[in-house]
Amino acid sequence: MSLGPYASFIVTSYAAAALVVAILIGWIALDYRNQTQRLRELEERGITRRSGRSATELR
Amino acid sequence: MTLIDLANPTRFLALTARVLPWLAAATVVLLAIGLYQAALAPDDYQQGATVKIMFIHVPNAWLSMFVWGVMSIASLGTLVWRHPLADVAAKAAAPIGAAFTFLALLTGSLWGRPMWGTYWEWDARLTSVLILFLMYLGLMALWRAVDDPSRAARAAAVLTLVGALNLPIIKFSVDWWNTLHQPASVMRMGGSALDKSFLIPLLVMAIAFTLLFVTLHLAAMRNEILRRRVRSLQMMQASRVAFSSEMGTGSRGQNASNEVGAA
Repeated sequence: MSLGPYASFIVTSYAAAALVVAILIGWIALDYRNQTQRLRELEERGITRRSGRSATELR
Repeated sequence: MTLIDLANPTRFLALTARVLPWLAAATVVLLAIGLYQAALAPDDYQQGATVKIMFIHVPNAWLSMFVWGVMSIASLGTLVWRHPLADVAAKAAAPIGAAFTFLALLTGSLWGRPMWGTYWEWDARLTSVLILFLMYLGLMALWRAVDDPSRAARAAAVLTLVGALNLPIIKFSVDWWNTLHQPASVMRMGGSALDKSFLIPLLVMAIAFTLLFVTLHLAAMRNEILRRRVRSLQMMQASRVAFSSEMGTGSRGQNASNEVGAA
């Protein structure tokens, strides 16, 4: 597959898309980890939901 | 499971836990197929290999408007139906929409330089998409500026619905004004102007990016629900501390704390 004289524009476009999507995925995964960790810390201190169920419970 | 059932955040979290792995897998498979087909697509007789930029530029451009459309429907849910997950959906979609819009602008610019001889031109299509990007950033700033999510939600919903006026301007800008950007070539009266060798990879990539958005959006909504639980529990903790201070003893506050409601 030859990308011709404008290969740098094509490669940069795909690389930028991959980078931005990777940042989005990483940011969302990190945010999930942070929130569940903060909820666990609060629950360990005895702060629980009105229902008594764990705040990190997903099922 | 109906829409009413999904109004319960706990049920929504259970649903996301079940569907997210499948959505992620489907996204990866479709992206792989789309990228493979894009790599094998022939060069355009005028644009050469730069036509390959189309396979990521166009899906991102479509999604930049689609995500704002999703946020507009969610805003109606906030203002009209007061659906408890509507503002969660709108808030979670904004950064993802901003990222797609940024990619549409960037890849368009990188496509424009070899084809038009310039990275940027203040024509109606490019300018209206830039305005869309700035509106995404403004909306994100608004969400961060107001501490109470329910108060921020109403202001953000109004701004989102006003911003939706920009969507038809973006779509029809190439028809209403004389622009450097080409007119619509896929969704137009009389069918697509693209050859199948370009159209099929483009549609596969568009579906893959849409699935990517759905996956990321559900995951971001899940995070936002958890963030609100954190906030709620922290407020409860603060009220316990205040109650304990008022009573003068920590032990009574501890007993009373069990009676205070939580998220």
